[in-house]
Amino acid sequence: MVPLSYYLVLSGILFACGVIGFLIKRNIITIFMSIELMLNGVNLSFVAFAAQWYSLSGHVFVFFVMVVAAAEAAVGLAIIIAVYRTRETLNVDQVNLLKL
Amino acid sequence: MAGAINLLLQSHPINSALSLIVVMASLAVEYLLLGAEFLAAVQVIVYAGAIMVLFLITIMLLNAGKEEQTKGSRVAILIGIPGVAIGSVLVAWTLLHVPNLQSVPIGALKGDPRNIAELLFHDFLLPFEVTSVLILIAIMGAVVLASRPEAVARGPRKDEA
Repeated sequence: MVPLSYYLVLSGILFACGVIGFLIKRNIITIFMSIELMLNGVNLSFVAFAAQWYSLSGHVFVFFVMVVAAAEAAVGLAIIIAVYRTRETLNVDQVNLLKL
Repeated sequence: MAGAINLLLQSHPINSALSLIVVMASLAVEYLLLGAEFLAAVQVIVYAGAIMVLFLITIMLLNAGKEEQTKGSRVAILIGIPGVAIGSVLVAWTLLHVPNLQSVPIGALKGDPRNIAELLFHDFLLPFEVTSVLILIAIMGAVVLASRPEAVARGPRKDEA
């Protein structure tokens, strides 16, 4: 019997790590990994709540989140490849065409 | 128990794909402990298998070397880190001090594929079909984006050539 708050704190820590990585990393691939980390943190809280309320809907929702994450990773990595092909860099500070 | 191990793993800086694989694997163990066997299997297959292989192939393909230290975004450092720290501390403090959060019964909920499939193909049938269309669109978008520009230009749109 593990208290629910432990799972929620772990999920929050995972999400916070994702946000921190998203903010301070300058490599575009690492930023993508941070996004995946945030999705995983949310998934963990979904599964924990599903186990507490005896409802399988949380599991189904996590399944959909995984599917969307897979699609997002595929499209995002394709965008990264396209960016690298045109800009020859992976640093997001140098992809500043939209900056004033 | 697994939560403590996972917590220790999370204190490392997340700067490589391999540590992310470790996180995915330990999350799969967490799902297994919570009775979600199907989700644990899907987590290992989809995340640790497919997505991480995609990441590794991209890193290898683009020859990503050492990452330069950040020097630009002062705003992100000045606001983001204290904001995230304060937020997570607040959430943790609230959760640890709210008394009516019961324990999670380990293994009481059976998340085996039969139950999930019944729910998935009866109640969530429409989202499931929409998801298949989404995956198809994602595949086509990835192929178009990752193909060479001249290959795209040689396609139906002649005006870009």
